[in-house]
Amino acid sequence: MYVAAKGGERAIRNAHALLAKRRRGNRALPALTLDQIAQQLSLAVDRVMAEGSLYDVELASLSVKQARGDLIEAIFLIRAFRTTLPRFGASQPVDTAAMLVRRRVSATYKDLPGGQLLGPTFDYTHRLLDTSLVGDIGAPTAEIGGAEPADMPRVTDLLGEEGLIESAPADDGAEPFDITRAPVTFPVDRPTRLQTLARGDEGYLLALGYSTQRGYARSHPFVGEIRVGDVEVKLFVEELGFEVSLGTVQVTECQMVNQFKGSAEVPPQFTRGYGLVFGQSERKAMAMALVERALRWKELGEEPGAPAQDEEFVLSHCDNVQATGFVEHLKLPHYVDFQAELDLVRRMRAEHEAELKEAAE
Amino acid sequence: MTEQPLLIAETLGKNYGARIGCRDVALEVYPGEVLAVVGESGSGKSTLLGLLSTELEPSAGRVSYRLRDGSLRDLATLGAAERRLLMRTDWGFVRQNPADGLRMAVSAGGNVGERLMAVGRRHYGDIRTEALDWLGRVEIAADRIDDDPRSFSGGMRQRLQIARNLVTRPRLVFMDEPTGGLDVSVQARLLDLVRSLVSEMGLAVIIVTHDLAVARLLSHRMVVMRQGRVIETGLTDQVLDDPREPYTQLLVSSVLAA
Amino acid sequence: MTTATLGGMPAITYNFAYLDEQTKRMIRRAILKAIAVPGYQVPFAAREMPMPYGWGTGGVQVTAAVLGPDDVLKVIDQGADDTTNAVAIRGFFEKTAGVATTTATTEATVIQTRHRIPETPLRDDQILVYQVPIPEPLRFLEPRETETRQMHALEEYGLMHVKLYEDIARHGHIATTYAYPVEVAGRYVMDPSPIPKFDNPKMDDCPALQLFGAGREKRIYAIPPHTRVRSLDFEDHPFEVQRFAQPCALCAARGVYLDEVILDDRGGRMFVCSDTDYCESRQAAGHRGEMAPPDAALPQPVSPRGEDATRVSDDASSDLSASARGRPAGAGAGAGTGAGTGAGGTEAGHD
Repeated sequence: MYVAAKGGERAIRNAHALLAKRRRGNRALPALTLDQIAQQLSLAVDRVMAEGSLYDVELASLSVKQARGDLIEAIFLIRAFRTTLPRFGASQPVDTAAMLVRRRVSATYKDLPGGQLLGPTFDYTHRLLDTSLVGDIGAPTAEIGGAEPADMPRVTDLLGEEGLIESAPADDGAEPFDITRAPVTFPVDRPTRLQTLARGDEGYLLALGYSTQRGYARSHPFVGEIRVGDVEVKLFVEELGFEVSLGTVQVTECQMVNQFKGSAEVPPQFTRGYGLVFGQSERKAMAMALVERALRWKELGEEPGAPAQDEEFVLSHCDNVQATGFVEHLKLPHYVDFQAELDLVRRMRAEHEAELKEAAE
Repeated sequence: MTEQPLLIAETLGKNYGARIGCRDVALEVYPGEVLAVVGESGSGKSTLLGLLSTELEPSAGRVSYRLRDGSLRDLATLGAAERRLLMRTDWGFVRQNPADGLRMAVSAGGNVGERLMAVGRRHYGDIRTEALDWLGRVEIAADRIDDDPRSFSGGMRQRLQIARNLVTRPRLVFMDEPTGGLDVSVQARLLDLVRSLVSEMGLAVIIVTHDLAVARLLSHRMVVMRQGRVIETGLTDQVLDDPREPYTQLLVSSVLAA
Repeated sequence: MTTATLGGMPAITYNFAYLDEQTKRMIRRAILKAIAVPGYQVPFAAREMPMPYGWGTGGVQVTAAVLGPDDVLKVIDQGADDTTNAVAIRGFFEKTAGVATTTATTEATVIQTRHRIPETPLRDDQILVYQVPIPEPLRFLEPRETETRQMHALEEYGLMHVKLYEDIARHGHIATTYAYPVEVAGRYVMDPSPIPKFDNPKMDDCPALQLFGAGREKRIYAIPPHTRVRSLDFEDHPFEVQRFAQPCALCAARGVYLDEVILDDRGGRMFVCSDTDYCESRQAAGHRGEMAPPDAALPQPVSPRGEDATRVSDDASSDLSASARGRPAGAGAGAGTGAGTGAGGTEAGHD
């Protein structure tokens, strides 16, 4: 006789209770506050907002806490919440030239209008563990210079005046394709490509961008400019007949300047690779710009063949919420299919054995 | 030869940007006729083959083909479905590199059977019998039917490609340097095979080659191309024995000298 | 309407069945198109759902779009109502839609399924919603969507048969056992989702509406009621379903799909119905297999699922322990005769 217990619902309940317990950890320690996460783990919060495609510091901090620091899980929480939000409309394009810049570097010009502004960066720090951070060291002081907002034209605009770089694609004023509201079919247009990359997984894009530097679709990139800062988001309200400011968001923009030899119709000039992400994430913005440029091989008449140039491959696999779901779904029971395969393997083994026997006789 | 041509090209041209692929080509191919297109590399012969087989879109002119029902159709007016059907039934395309014309991970039998299945044949035994028959005709041993072409020699791969194309009994076959890259002895055997199949099946063939010996052995008529244009055309023996154009004379004499 | 409160934040409320009405309308339009073109994969703007991709987001969105307050919902995974993912999805709709749920196939108006079709024949007032991981039947022959789209458009399915040909050439029979491709209404080749091929014949001329949702791949497709669904095959190698040598050890049913349960580490095993509701109803009606518990041991329907496989310890020092009782995945290496999948009919009989 065989009797198996039933307990799916109870098991799930208990597992979730245990998860809550583990999340909280030792109760003798104070619980993390959302403010602490937002303030002291702000780059984690930035990544969650960028790849979650929702700019809300408080919710992103909550998701980091709820996910026990698992950022892909946190991104997933934000995405699932974002789904339920109504859409009011599309904002006007943000003007990064009018950004309130906190950091701005160019690798192509030593000095340029508006100057270089180092800002808060890990660059040039020695990566030595700093034991002074073990305790609460209080607020360090920094001299904040150049506070008065200077006029900072974009490097690509400066190059563009000379005609040395391809002109930026014109804004046709149409509402861009929204990958969260309509199904993507290949081949895709520029807005679709940029949106998909902007919410793509940082690690994945980093690896692909890196591969272009190692010769798989080499594009001779220069960082024309990286700028980090706040931009104003404006909505044109039909009923009012004018633009209304909705507030500001922090973004990182990378304009990569790449070599181009020219073709029969076009004289030699530089080309663009573009990266724009929520929050401060230079790594992501730069990787995005490299991959974006690699994906443009067809319009620029370049040779295909490198992984980073393969539009269907790159764009179909860059979403980490999709990827993690499908990889992890292998944990789900598959015993019906496995049973079918089990039968088949047994049958084929039996046939194989019979053949061997026959051959031996 | 019957009086009505199978394929007609008129004022056919193709530009790649400012560069000319080929221009102002006019030719006709009759049922059962083998037409060789010869010229040096860069003469535009591969471009011409691409245009005739609708793999390339012409910049000028048109190509018409007589369908099995007798009607002559401008190929540009065929829908994608009609064109693909034509390509897998009435036409064949033997490519220089067998990897471009075969499924390298599929068995020899599957390679030959694919076109039959594509036109709706659903009897495994019949498909296999026909595949075996065709492997025999191209001199591939029957016990290789379940091996994939990765284990085949270059000559065998090319013969398999021919079998794969001929299994639906096409009326017109395009060949792009089918003997390129093969040893001389292997070439000779392949050419013999092609010649006997062509006459046996009454195939029309348009074959692109830089090798005048191939043209002499296989073709009834030939077209000489230079810098994207047809500069001489005529019966093969006539052109080779008594070339009119200085360029053709040079081409012929350089081969004979070699 | 469900409400969750965040400390210090405004409460978050969700619409009936989670998705907003605009989204549901968009999904319904896709469903209507799918019904109009049987077997054709309709792209739809799949939303992110609060469960992971690959765990049924497509099915959940389709269910959410067709579900009304009066519906009775059944959710199965591997044929069972009490597998963890089925429980989670059923719980989701109980919570967000407040609909009645059931485990009885005959009582349900909407059945969401992963990997099985119920053994009890479906009726014309029921909808079967499949969760689909990879909707493209040509995907593993040609990975590019731009290519496969064209192949469907031009009805170029020769390559699909090349695969079947290769199977027969290599193994003597078609070696696809699940997600076995079908031709719908004489036109589109369709992936039936990873159901065992045993279930394929149930799709043909089925009175119920069958809807397929693939969330991650953003596709919906459908088989309208009483549509011809043919499993691809050759005339001389006709499609066959698996047949099991022995009846269900609990309810003695024959001609149903059975799961293998490992009983001990000495090769002991038993075969029981994969469809738990079917098995339990038969036992309740007095059918007894050779390993069935006596009547007295049946206070409530008994499932052979072994759901305590994911047993949870409350001891803070130990992690989730997955003990291997119930449906083990690694049962393949053992000896034993197992289920014979010989030639035979395609009928899923009910004795």
